[in-house]
Amino acid sequence: MSTTKTPAERRLDIEFEDYRLDNGLRVVLAPDASAPVVGVNIWYNVGSRNEREGRTGFAHLFEHMMFQGSEHVPEMAHFALIEQAGGSLNGSTWLDRTNYYETLPAHYLELGLWLESDRMGFLLPAMTQDKLDNQRDVVKNERRWRVDNQPYGDWDERLQAMMYPPEHPYHHSVIGSMEDLDAASLEDVQQFFRTYYAPNNAVLSLVGDIDVPAAKALVERYFGGIPRGADIPALPGRTELSPTMGGEVRDTVEQDISLARIYHAYRTPVYGSDEFYAGLVASYVLGYGRAALLFRTLIREQQLAQDVVTYAFPIVVGSSMLVLWATARPGVDVAQLDDAVSTQIAALSDVADADVERAVSLIETRHLQELQTVAERADQLSMFATLFDDPGRINTELARIRAVSTADVRDFARRYLQPENRAVLTYVPKGGAR
Amino acid sequence: MSHRAVLPPVGEPLPLRMPDVHRARLSSGLETLIVERRDLPVVDVQIVVQAGAAHDFAAHAGRAHLTADLLDEGTSSRQALQIAEEVEALGASLRTRASWDYAAASLHVLRPHVEAATALLADVLLQPAFDDAEFDRKQRERLHAIGQERDDPRNLASMAFTRLVYGSEHPFGLPIGGVAASVTALGAADLAAYHSARYGPSAAFAVVCGDIRTDVALDLLEHHFGAWRTAVTPAPPLPAAPAPRSRAIRIVDRPGAPQSEIRIGHAGPPRSSPDYVALHVANTILGGAFTSRLNILLREEKGYTYGAGSSFAFRRNGGPFVASTAVGTAATADAVNDMVSEVGRLVAEPVTANELARAQSYLVLGLPRTFETTGDVAEHVSELALYDLPHDYYEEYAAAVRRVTPAEVQAAAARWLRPEELVIVVAGDAAAVSDELASLGIGAVDEYDEDAC
Repeated sequence: MSTTKTPAERRLDIEFEDYRLDNGLRVVLAPDASAPVVGVNIWYNVGSRNEREGRTGFAHLFEHMMFQGSEHVPEMAHFALIEQAGGSLNGSTWLDRTNYYETLPAHYLELGLWLESDRMGFLLPAMTQDKLDNQRDVVKNERRWRVDNQPYGDWDERLQAMMYPPEHPYHHSVIGSMEDLDAASLEDVQQFFRTYYAPNNAVLSLVGDIDVPAAKALVERYFGGIPRGADIPALPGRTELSPTMGGEVRDTVEQDISLARIYHAYRTPVYGSDEFYAGLVASYVLGYGRAALLFRTLIREQQLAQDVVTYAFPIVVGSSMLVLWATARPGVDVAQLDDAVSTQIAALSDVADADVERAVSLIETRHLQELQTVAERADQLSMFATLFDDPGRINTELARIRAVSTADVRDFARRYLQPENRAVLTYVPKGGAR
Repeated sequence: MSHRAVLPPVGEPLPLRMPDVHRARLSSGLETLIVERRDLPVVDVQIVVQAGAAHDFAAHAGRAHLTADLLDEGTSSRQALQIAEEVEALGASLRTRASWDYAAASLHVLRPHVEAATALLADVLLQPAFDDAEFDRKQRERLHAIGQERDDPRNLASMAFTRLVYGSEHPFGLPIGGVAASVTALGAADLAAYHSARYGPSAAFAVVCGDIRTDVALDLLEHHFGAWRTAVTPAPPLPAAPAPRSRAIRIVDRPGAPQSEIRIGHAGPPRSSPDYVALHVANTILGGAFTSRLNILLREEKGYTYGAGSSFAFRRNGGPFVASTAVGTAATADAVNDMVSEVGRLVAEPVTANELARAQSYLVLGLPRTFETTGDVAEHVSELALYDLPHDYYEEYAAAVRRVTPAEVQAAAARWLRPEELVIVVAGDAAAVSDELASLGIGAVDEYDEDAC
């Protein structure tokens, strides 16, 4: 891959400093005075992939507990202090990680560091059964809201179970099952915290209007005294997978919906590999924008589909997935839609240069658009440091995408976008079309 | 004592730096607002037209929406697919859409392509073809989407709520994308007529924000929009909202649903209301932030929901006030009761000094992070033009928020919240929730009947 840049491209580079405290906490500082705000972001290298059997959904439930106060931060104070500083905040849990972040007026940097360090170092004294029971109820309602009471709401849960064998850490969903949420105990909270929430398993990124020497001193003041944790245990289960599936898996679900929908998931190389980027470009060729292959054929020309979405999962253990879905127009047979999708997937093996160039241009614009906020820059720095041990990949990501050639996309399609390397999940209206 | 035991000190606040907006008129009379932002090589260009769904009759529900949707589906010189291909070859995004108060064509593009992309923007805005075949396809797509919207309990609850509040004779009572009957009745010629009547320079403005010099941006706009001459027919006045009725509960039955989607509220004030700032503060305390009363009570204290909140729509001509949540079926009646009580409490009691101070800080100190991206800035600048706000509006807004007193919050709440006339919608399992809702004694409980309102 060529990383030679023009002066204009170098101007876009995000300058940062990357170092570690003695306790192993990795810190990335990226000063930028263009707005009087600061993004504070922490990635913990733990996600639903780390959950043990019988505790699906626990990493996410634990994330909720991180907002319930810590030894020096009273209950309800975390949200209240940030909101009364005019800040925004949240956290999220995914397969590979859990992140926590806030955007604050720059002069409230120290508040953010105090809050984040207190829950990294001093969470357990504040944990109670009442708080756990309350957040368990909140998370069960989150599951009802996102999954159980939404049309097609369980698609990712079903596809993960079809794509990954039971012993693989991606076999189960992030939200987890109601039974496992019910089983979670305070002891689980303590054990999970002691195992995974240690400075040596985290990356802290600060982006925005910061003074670097002053920020470094504050980071040391608040995080320096938190003791290093034990080495992080290996992932549970078996992470190795053959590069392709060697057979097609199919399932059909009846739901209370008016339009049928078909999902295809293909096993692909993990995020960070050169082939992943070819897959990312392929996903844009297929489904991003109205000139995309699936859009112009299924929606515009053949009028078989109501909508089309494609997504390359940026995940790193064993294998990733390229997922697409298409919603059938009323009266369209799902098998016909399935065939039409497969025909376009097959056509990708001979994709035209113009389609690949279009996809690369769109990814480029989107990338620059995302980097406009301090929150996104901080999140990407944390992500690249956590997943690839290299925050600097924030500045080479575009070069990796531009390096994808038409031949690369064709090779990717021939190798991975094949019927014997996919799961096909179909949703059909209960009792036939309404 | 450990340094952790006390709140950390707060640094010196940085001055609020609002973007410098250059205002000018093109020779066509089109108002333009330009903001230079040179840190990244991106540019946002928006043409905003007073051709939203509120500018049309309820009987034509969906027309404004579909008109905007069809702008980029073919012009006098370009086929629909050709437009998408040209835009996307530039890596640009070009979106055309209608909301209640306006229709807009918005472009986001890298600086080197802004000239080429603006030519496409102008073509779709000024020369749309409203071709029959493209219209037929988009009309069918919209009709299928209308069917699909009913699969989602969140939409079902919201649609029933606005219909009950505004009725079927007022545009706000119907979904912005229309209903099956109104969309079926439309033809390509109707959209072309709507476009000719409403899309003109006297009812529009342009916003540019990004990595482009002001004079260069002005020249570019003049080149494409300087000769825009369409005369605009005034929009029909909106009918009055139906007279409020006494508080009642309507259930949209979803047998076996694991959650109830709840909507509570009534018609609210226009954006121009002198109570705007006080109500904004009041709503922040009630349901506009995470630490608002509704969310703390229903989520953090009772664990009934993943989230609860409230909002005033503040459209040019009003729009609903609504409090919303989704709760486990068993918690439905208690949650409804709590929500009604919280709306009533805002009218009955002054907010505490502490709550008010927190809400004020949240709104004022939070302003800078809402100006981070070129898209954010373009949205804020559009708001200035759309609602006739002065150029120093955001500075004055911050000061006005700081000046609000507990008595003013209560007085504004008393003027605009009517606890005895709340429309309450529950989309959930009627068999499981009806009796308990009835026993609350806060209003009659009936199944929702769309055709009756």
